[in-house]
Amino acid sequence: MTTNIAASPSRWQKIKQSDFIYYFSRDKVAMLSFAVFLTCLIVAFTAPWIAPHDPYALESIDIMDSELPPVMLSEDGDDRFFLGTDNQGRDILSTIMYGMRVSLTIGILAVGLQLFLGIVIGLCAGYFGGKIDSFLMRIADVQLSFSTMMVAIIVSAIFQGAMGSEMYSQYAILMLVLIIGIAEWPQYARTIRASVLAEKKKEYVEASLVMGLKAPRIMFRHILPNCLSPILVISTVQIANAIMSEAALSFLGLGMPVTQPSLGSLISIGFEYIFSGSWWITVFPGIVLVSLILVINLLGDWLRDFFNPKVYQD
Amino acid sequence: MFTFLLKRLVQATIVMLVISLVAFAVKDNLGDPLRELTGQSVSEAERQKMRTEMGLNDPFVVQYKRFLINAVQGDFGTSYTFNRPALEVILDRLVATLELVFAATLIIIGLSIPLGVYCAINPKHGFSKLVMAISSIGISIPVFLTAILLMYVFSIELGWLPAYGRGETANWLGWESGFFTLDGLAHLILPAFALASIMLPLFIRLVRSEMIEQLSSEYVKFAYAKGLPQRRVWYLHALKNTLLPVLTVGGVQIGTMVAYTILTEKVFQWPGTGFLFLDSIQRTDTPVITAYVIVVGLIFVITNTIVDLLYGLINPTVNLTAKG
Repeated sequence: MTTNIAASPSRWQKIKQSDFIYYFSRDKVAMLSFAVFLTCLIVAFTAPWIAPHDPYALESIDIMDSELPPVMLSEDGDDRFFLGTDNQGRDILSTIMYGMRVSLTIGILAVGLQLFLGIVIGLCAGYFGGKIDSFLMRIADVQLSFSTMMVAIIVSAIFQGAMGSEMYSQYAILMLVLIIGIAEWPQYARTIRASVLAEKKKEYVEASLVMGLKAPRIMFRHILPNCLSPILVISTVQIANAIMSEAALSFLGLGMPVTQPSLGSLISIGFEYIFSGSWWITVFPGIVLVSLILVINLLGDWLRDFFNPKVYQD
Repeated sequence: MFTFLLKRLVQATIVMLVISLVAFAVKDNLGDPLRELTGQSVSEAERQKMRTEMGLNDPFVVQYKRFLINAVQGDFGTSYTFNRPALEVILDRLVATLELVFAATLIIIGLSIPLGVYCAINPKHGFSKLVMAISSIGISIPVFLTAILLMYVFSIELGWLPAYGRGETANWLGWESGFFTLDGLAHLILPAFALASIMLPLFIRLVRSEMIEQLSSEYVKFAYAKGLPQRRVWYLHALKNTLLPVLTVGGVQIGTMVAYTILTEKVFQWPGTGFLFLDSIQRTDTPVITAYVIVVGLIFVITNTIVDLLYGLINPTVNLTAKG
């Protein structure tokens, strides 16, 4: 039956037998984190089909349902709204699902932009060295010496001021991706530059130089694939950071508008009602936000330990 | 040393020029100064005349030069809402922000060093594991959420501490601060803890990993071999070297905290610069926004420069001249 295993394992079997899966399946924290992250991803991106209500559909919202507490904790609750409702009568559970979708979309796209900028700038700085290197890295240094949060807040504030709030909230997702992407590229550029410098000295690079390959080909086809593991490690942490930045900006009213809330803007809405005792508008999105960031960070920690076994592990 | 200082100063000046360019771009693009000065009734020809008189039609470089010269003299224009010089408005509020940052720094230093050292010395102890677990979770909680939760629990539910504002301030040697009154201190506790909560996990981890590294180094083994008591080795030898990197990272992070105060101040309605900045954005009070960008930029540049200098002074193995 299983005669061909020894001869040529299929791709699936190769993956199954790799160290990566072996260590992963033995680490309960990593497994659990991954499971939670996957659930969040699936719930977020299937929200329009599985959410009990559609928070974007204005006609289905009744202001009479506003600020209803969660079903389990109070008799005032309504069976239709499992986690209660917000100030406009939107179902908290559904808004969280939709909000998570917005948060994750922005987080992933922003990291994509950082990755693109970081790879191009880091590769150029590391590969060409000299003046280009010191110029690009100085810029990265200067930008890093400011808190990325500060840069993001000031830039988004300026954009919002210049475009007007209406226009800004129309393009909010795009603007947030741009702002968070541009505010945090130096981390990538530095990491990639460091690994490029290490790779550049290796023989395969010299070999491809001797073969007469062009610089872009060597950079992207030969060096880049060898720098992937540090990129993977910081990408997880960066996604968590991007989601956190987005939440902070939305909380300050510089991010997603109330009509299309992300987790951060949900917390911001809830904060205005916390004095009247409606804690659930803040607490549930807060729990979801923290667990999302926590599992991504834990996965990042695990990946770092996996790729860097020399680091003391406790 | 002198060349290093000079290099640093030149670099700092260049950074400040870039920041001023950003600030000028803000000033140029946000709002129309004419609209603030004139009503609807002024005709288009008159507007144009005023624009020329005010120098708004001058080329970019001329305007930027004028802006720079004014900025160096501390003149960022008059705030539209407060009707006072923008810089004065910012500096007034800066005391409150710095007070918050200072209190948070005290909390961070007071908690992170003992906890970090303890976790490094007793890595297997249950308490160390608890501290590390909490700091792992703490790093994932956004500061505004911590702030809201603290406020909900301690001021809304328990009613122990005031929820917002700065409370009563007292004047001591010309310094108007909430440090000198009980009411002011009570108002300070929650915002300061909220602000400290961002950096605390990071610092505990940093102190712990540095301390572990120091404890396994050669000179510590040698100190044991000499027969020095364990406590002396821990607290005198290892701790001293642990604090070096903590100082550099810490210095930079304290600059960063000025940024995070925007979030904390927003939650607790703390009358500091961050709160002012958010307000000014809503009112398009351009002079205040510009002044804020410059002042905060200056704080960052100054802290970074001082940290670099201090590091060189404390750690004699760093070659300052080469590093610049």
